[in-house]
Amino acid sequence: MHEHAHKSDTPAITLTVNGAAVSVAPGTTVAAAILISGSPTRISVTGKPRAPLCGMGICFECRASINGFAHRRSCQILCESGMDVRTL
Amino acid sequence: MNEHFHVLVIGAGPAGISAAVRAAESGGHVGLLDDNPAAGGQIWRKGASLPKTARMWLARLNAASVERLHGWHVFGSPTSGVLFAERTGLASPAAEQADFIELNYDKLILATGARERFLPFPGWTLPNVMGAGGLDAMVRGGLRIKGKRIVVAGTGPLLLAVAAHLAHRGTQILAICEQAPLSRLRPFAMRLLTQPGKVAQGIGLRIATRGTHFYTGCWPVAATGRGRLESVTLQRRGKQWELPCDYLACGYHLVPNLELPRLLGCGIHEGFVTTDKWQQTSIPGVLCAGEPTGIGGVELAIVEGQIAGLAATGRVEKADDLIQKRTRGQRFVRALREAFELDPRLRALPSAETLVCRCEDVPFGVLRDYTSARDAKLHTRCGMGACQGRICGAATEFVFGWAMDSMRPPILPASLSTLAATGVGGAHDPSNTTSNQNRRDTL
Repeated sequence: MHEHAHKSDTPAITLTVNGAAVSVAPGTTVAAAILISGSPTRISVTGKPRAPLCGMGICFECRASINGFAHRRSCQILCESGMDVRTL
Repeated sequence: MNEHFHVLVIGAGPAGISAAVRAAESGGHVGLLDDNPAAGGQIWRKGASLPKTARMWLARLNAASVERLHGWHVFGSPTSGVLFAERTGLASPAAEQADFIELNYDKLILATGARERFLPFPGWTLPNVMGAGGLDAMVRGGLRIKGKRIVVAGTGPLLLAVAAHLAHRGTQILAICEQAPLSRLRPFAMRLLTQPGKVAQGIGLRIATRGTHFYTGCWPVAATGRGRLESVTLQRRGKQWELPCDYLACGYHLVPNLELPRLLGCGIHEGFVTTDKWQQTSIPGVLCAGEPTGIGGVELAIVEGQIAGLAATGRVEKADDLIQKRTRGQRFVRALREAFELDPRLRALPSAETLVCRCEDVPFGVLRDYTSARDAKLHTRCGMGACQGRICGAATEFVFGWAMDSMRPPILPASLSTLAATGVGGAHDPSNTTSNQNRRDTL
């Protein structure tokens, strides 16, 4: 399912999550964009899907590869146009 | 890159902002570092209208001569007076930007804030089970939740604030479950009457959440769903019932972020950094303000931050009024602690299969055979993952009564190239040697 940014009057930012395009409003964190894309943020060491718990850079459940930078806490980073996000 | 500050403040929440603003009045070189992309900390997060106090302090910060380092986190301290920080965000590909900086300081103010306490229960690792502040932060960060069904649970004044905000965003708050019994909350409400500002806050919240079920002495015992949360089982007075929902926002009040104070060797008593009249810790030149000295909320954090900012720049004579305000705020700290003390029955929430350490997937059934955090860590890897025990540490402290294990650098994951360049965490790292020494002492 592809969702559009909820405020049509603000220019949307488009980035890709695991290769699929996602449009979000400015000020959206990469962690929120990953959830909007429908993907978990990572797969745990025993193979279970995970999504953010704390939302504030403490739990590391949201870590993802962003523009080739591995293990970034995606809840602490804002979306930018053209970003390439890969979940782990 | 190497920089020197007369006063360096770590953490850009209310305490850190007020500390930096007051310190900057002295005319010295003041730095303010935070891993978030903008100032405000967790409580003054963007994405919603901010209270007047927040707007006022953010405006004062913007007008002050403070060097802002947003999107950086401290990971080590090679020697007294020096911190190493690494970039949390992404380096710009256009410029040759450094991945780490060396920060030198005369005075250091620790305003590292607090995080939510999470308690393990069956299903708490499912996607869409988040903290109360956690879901709130995600929504402020752009997560779309309009029309979603939400259960807010745990303990503490944050639950009502989160429920009110999420209701305002067009969600359906099915229930607010506060673990504390009503008998404990009543005296808390009475104490609030002596604090007019907080009463107004409380009333506003009650109106915003009207029509929502508010249960006391109630908590989630299980979350279920295929691949993501679909339903929560709640318990109250021995009765259990299931509630289908889209999100569970569950946090058991707050615990302070003590990693940096502990790395620096600051004295800690009953889980909080000890400070004197001028917010000075046991380590000369290192001050501390806000939640790490006691969970007391925004107003107290601003008072302590200002005292620290003034004290760090030798202007304690300006802090007289603030000292009185701090005394009043500290009464609120005690009231909070008593009202929202955890029910011991919450220790029995995890089943043998419930994961306690989310990074290394270590279940409760494996951990209960150990007697200390260190013992469990060495044998099961509990607390050795990416979060370094930030989540499971507070849980095992409550569930098993285990004291937090010693703090070793790097206190946040850092890249190998940074570690190689700085020597942090290696055999020649003096702070590491200190930790090893402490460990020998405690064995």
